[in-house]
Amino acid sequence: MAASPVTAWFADIGLEDRPHVGGKGGSLGELQRAGIAVPPGFVVKTGAFERFIAALERKAPLRSRIEALGGDDLSATAARCDEMRARIEAEPLPAEVLDELTSAYSALCGLSGGQSPVAVRSSATTEDAADASFAGLQDTYLWVTDLNQTVQRVRSCWASLYSVESVTYRRRRGLPEQAVAMAVVVQKMVDARTAGVMFTRSPLTGDRSVVTVEGSWGLGSAVVGGEVTPDRWVLAKITGDISVRTVSEKVIQHVPAPGGGTQSVAVADELRRTACLSDEELQALRTIARKVERHYGRPQDIEWAVDRQTNEILLLQSRPETVWSAKESAPVARPAADPLLHVMSIFGGKQ
Amino acid sequence: MSTPAASQRFPLPSSLRVVPGTERAQAAYSYLTQFTEADDSRFWFYNSMHFPEPMCAFDMVTAEAAYCALGAANTRVHSLPTTLGIDHRIINGRVYIGGNAVTDPAEIARRTAEFQQRAFYYYANWEKLQAQWHEKMMTLIRDAQALPKPELPEFEPLANVHAGRGVASNHYLLDTFQKTLEGYFRMWHHHFEFLLLGYGAYLTFFAFCKKAFPEITDQTIARMVAGIEAEIFRPDDELRRLARRAVELGVDAKFQTRLSAEEIIAALQQSGVAGQAWLDELETSRNPWFNINVGDGFYHYHRAWNDDLSMPFACLPEYIKRVKSGESLERPIERLRAERQELIEGYRELLNTDEDRAAYDQMITLAHRVFPYVEGHKFYCEHWYTNLFFNKIREFGALLAAQGFFPDTEAVFHLTHYELEMAIIDLMSAWSNGSAPRGPAYWPGIVSERRAALKEWAAHVTPPALGPVPDVIDDPAIVMLWGITRENLNAWLAADSGADSNEVRGFAASSGVVEGPARIVKSVKEISRLQAGDILVCQITNPTWAPIFQTIVAAVSDIGGSMSHAAIVAREYGLPAVVGTGNATSRIKDGQRIRVDGGRGVVTILG
Repeated sequence: MAASPVTAWFADIGLEDRPHVGGKGGSLGELQRAGIAVPPGFVVKTGAFERFIAALERKAPLRSRIEALGGDDLSATAARCDEMRARIEAEPLPAEVLDELTSAYSALCGLSGGQSPVAVRSSATTEDAADASFAGLQDTYLWVTDLNQTVQRVRSCWASLYSVESVTYRRRRGLPEQAVAMAVVVQKMVDARTAGVMFTRSPLTGDRSVVTVEGSWGLGSAVVGGEVTPDRWVLAKITGDISVRTVSEKVIQHVPAPGGGTQSVAVADELRRTACLSDEELQALRTIARKVERHYGRPQDIEWAVDRQTNEILLLQSRPETVWSAKESAPVARPAADPLLHVMSIFGGKQ
Repeated sequence: MSTPAASQRFPLPSSLRVVPGTERAQAAYSYLTQFTEADDSRFWFYNSMHFPEPMCAFDMVTAEAAYCALGAANTRVHSLPTTLGIDHRIINGRVYIGGNAVTDPAEIARRTAEFQQRAFYYYANWEKLQAQWHEKMMTLIRDAQALPKPELPEFEPLANVHAGRGVASNHYLLDTFQKTLEGYFRMWHHHFEFLLLGYGAYLTFFAFCKKAFPEITDQTIARMVAGIEAEIFRPDDELRRLARRAVELGVDAKFQTRLSAEEIIAALQQSGVAGQAWLDELETSRNPWFNINVGDGFYHYHRAWNDDLSMPFACLPEYIKRVKSGESLERPIERLRAERQELIEGYRELLNTDEDRAAYDQMITLAHRVFPYVEGHKFYCEHWYTNLFFNKIREFGALLAAQGFFPDTEAVFHLTHYELEMAIIDLMSAWSNGSAPRGPAYWPGIVSERRAALKEWAAHVTPPALGPVPDVIDDPAIVMLWGITRENLNAWLAADSGADSNEVRGFAASSGVVEGPARIVKSVKEISRLQAGDILVCQITNPTWAPIFQTIVAAVSDIGGSMSHAAIVAREYGLPAVVGTGNATSRIKDGQRIRVDGGRGVVTILG
């Protein structure tokens, strides 16, 4: 499906495609390109969204009605957003979009789906802009088990652009609605034994020489959603030395629900106080973290999962770390005309 | 770690009591080392790093000589801007020291101008001056080796008389003693000629790394700077070489763990050409590399391998076993060098700006330049020369003991060097007068009194520090040499208010986590107790202990920092190590199960 405006496989895209595949999609493509394992999948591109919205606009105006909103009237905004989301959820996909989505889905999961659940994740085109982080404002649907549900979840992702938070955010900044688009990632679900996040620097000190790993049993949604206190490790990025090991009491985990979606269940007693990653896995994560950071040339905030069957580590997302990166400015030290003058920092007293 | 209330302070020096019954032993120490009321206004700390046990009267010469030389280098030679020398006091055999900081900005500025003409000259001409240092040190060692054994013949040898020497043998006792003492004081000047400058350049890089990478461990920085072919690895390298040679010569079966060094040597002497060939190899290694003592050189009873072959011989069977199983035992120099380079480049790449990288390059270049001295000087000073020194004193001890001054040779170390000179002059007079020396009636009682006092003092815990708590410790000499920071002091104050946990904390010296039975080893004589899988818990380790690192799974010490030799050797062997715990040997019981987390510097007592 090369060059289709509607869908694209991860293998065929990279960061430069972000305007059409969104931050998450571009990042997954880029990771795969860099030789990092990600769950296979494709992106429903912004072209699909544009066609869908165009069809809606033909029936009744949509974007102009959002732009007509003031930024501060919350109840009016909420009512307008409800209306727009309802329209999106109810509108069938244009035939060309549905056809392509169907064939990509079949190629990924087999025609019947079912045995091969997918995650459907919004992939906003502005998500990676360091100054306007949409992170967390869009939706992810896990363990989606058939084509119909997948189509429904794609629409839900699109609709999430019209959540009260998103719209308020855009209206306050006066962003043009014409530029607002949403891509959607559809990828095979990882049945995670353990999952979590890692930062290629210290969230506490900003130190770039460490990798901070947080993980817990089951799907990563429990960690990202803050529903469990994860185990935590700090590894020296270069040497692999582990300076912090905190094994927490992990009471619940997210696992696939029988009828699709996920559910929260209790962790077996004997696993609650057991570290959810082995040292070998931590070192493998460190290697991946270095590779990803090198590839992007800047610190990253990464979501990962360990496959329950194969123990393979897969990356679900990587995005630039923004908090500390924004603070970096002055060098710690500057070269001295006479290198010996550096020793005055030790011998010269407080200056 | 909570900050103690401002009112909190350590006990005042005047509140410390000499242990009852040991007053006369205390009085033996020089008047300038006795605490007075005036000392109450200053901050002092117990130098447990260098003097972890109560010191014999004679061994105190090390404090005298070392602080004379350290102070001269700081105060007068290099003119360190913010610090002068170190004062020391002795109570109950414990050495307390206090720095003399310079705080007046005008004085700091004046000293800075001097410093930059002096220290900067050293940095700029480091290699040339260091080569010169090596020559000076070797001359000093040769001079010490050339000193005659102190002896008193019944008659002056005829040859001396016929040669018209005109100076009798008794005078040469004094001559040799004074030269011995002079050489030791001189050696300490050599010791400090470069040391503070070396540490300073290293700490400059260290401080930069800590700022750029707040969570980097001390040991990682140490690994970036550490030398690969430093002298401290040589004694262990020689043992490995001897193990290989034993196998090559086919005499390896003679090295049985149950045999003593003497028994093994006797067996080799009866093993024909091959046995003799190995013994010749041993001699090559011994001179000079077995001139390494089993402590840090500050106690006369920390004997050198050369004087007590039990340590090196205890390690040979294991090395031989490894050679026979096909290991090369060669230190992988190339790999170690590549690993160090990888570390340096890895961290460099993580710096945020090109300016940082340029500054980093300047600082690590200087650190690499100075570090061979920092690592290498100990072999020549604290080991080789110090062994010669104590052994020469031992010869005087043997002479005096034979004349009835002492019950045994080692008793000589219970006299101060001032007293020893008196005893020597006593013997010189008696020999010349033909009368009996007075010493035999005078010294034995004093020696036994002091021996008893040392036992008494060892049983008394001494406070880690005395006097008012300083707001900050910014004396670079104190920070560099003793690692004393305000955080340490807070920990000491906190520990005072009751340590109840099952954790013993120290410096994270070499990372890794391991559990096993603790083996408390207080002296080299006990090392044969170590079994495979044990965790070594000791007061202080040094490179001579390196060979036993092949048996143990982790190491814990009371004394030492992350740049201590124990730490370096542990990293070399890839063993977890926690050093500088202060009290691991007293808090952990022999045989207890412990967990050593060398990355965090924590030892947990499990049961």
